[in-house]
Amino acid sequence: MIEYISQPWSWYVSGTVIAVIMFLLIFFGQSFGFSSNLRTICAIGGAGKVNKFFDFNWKTQIWNLVFLVGAILGGFVTKQFLSTDVPIALAEATVQDLHQLGFATPAGMQPSEIFSLEAMFSLKGFLILAIGGFLVGLGSRYAGGCTSGHAISGVSDLQIPSMIAVVGFFLGGLLMNWFIIPYLF
Amino acid sequence: MKFLKFLLVGILFGIVMAKSEAFSWYRIFEMFRFQAFHMYGIIGTAVVLGVIGVALIKKFKIRDISGNPIVFHPKEKSIMRYLLGGAIFGLGWALSGACPGPMVVNIGYGYVALVIVFFFAIAGTFFYGLVKNYLPH
Repeated sequence: MIEYISQPWSWYVSGTVIAVIMFLLIFFGQSFGFSSNLRTICAIGGAGKVNKFFDFNWKTQIWNLVFLVGAILGGFVTKQFLSTDVPIALAEATVQDLHQLGFATPAGMQPSEIFSLEAMFSLKGFLILAIGGFLVGLGSRYAGGCTSGHAISGVSDLQIPSMIAVVGFFLGGLLMNWFIIPYLF
Repeated sequence: MKFLKFLLVGILFGIVMAKSEAFSWYRIFEMFRFQAFHMYGIIGTAVVLGVIGVALIKKFKIRDISGNPIVFHPKEKSIMRYLLGGAIFGLGWALSGACPGPMVVNIGYGYVALVIVFFFAIAGTFFYGLVKNYLPH
């Protein structure tokens, strides 16, 4: 059993589990939206004193922070007990594109060109991580949600705003992937 | 322990993000290159099941665990904030290869560099609060 679930999961199993997670949260009286946690963390840090947007009763959001802690644990559990040495099975064309950018053949789950400690402590590497995170945090709150809140929850409820947000996700993502990343590496 | 169930669902979320490889920068790169079906399959499956499930909840007026009616709150109507905010999000998503959830899954998995990404995601959200009133919504 452990051996079986330690294999990489197919897209249909993964997608099904994500839907199950969304419905569990709905059944528990909440909703699936991860980026709200970023606002909650600002509020806990005292941002409500300087800005009204963070002045709300964050205690109603503790459940989502607990979910966040679970997500960290889930990553840890997977790495420790449910992983194999099988390298990530990317499309051949993707591996070629990566080579063209100067990336090595994928070994772990993340490129060492961006996420190794060495990259992290270089100025360029640090800026990539920092700017990437900053844009995600700014954009998700501006758009009122991230992949879980819009692309999964909102679209499941056939909400037009969420569909527009997903179009935005892709406009920004394609711009970065095709026109900016080639100049960064 | 009313929070235990959220911890367990969170753990499941962390596992599925890692085992599906959706938390990997590589998979996001591959998705935006349209070179594999994997990510589209994951999101597509979740959405198709989601649409069916939400419709069933509404049709049969299913209640939640505490017996309250399940309500879906319509998001406020607008185009600018979703398109612009979404595009800013997308730029960051493709660059860092992670949306907020997968960021913390990566941290648990041992990719320490994601601590920086997550910290700056918090900073980005704080910045939004500061400039909110100057942005078109």
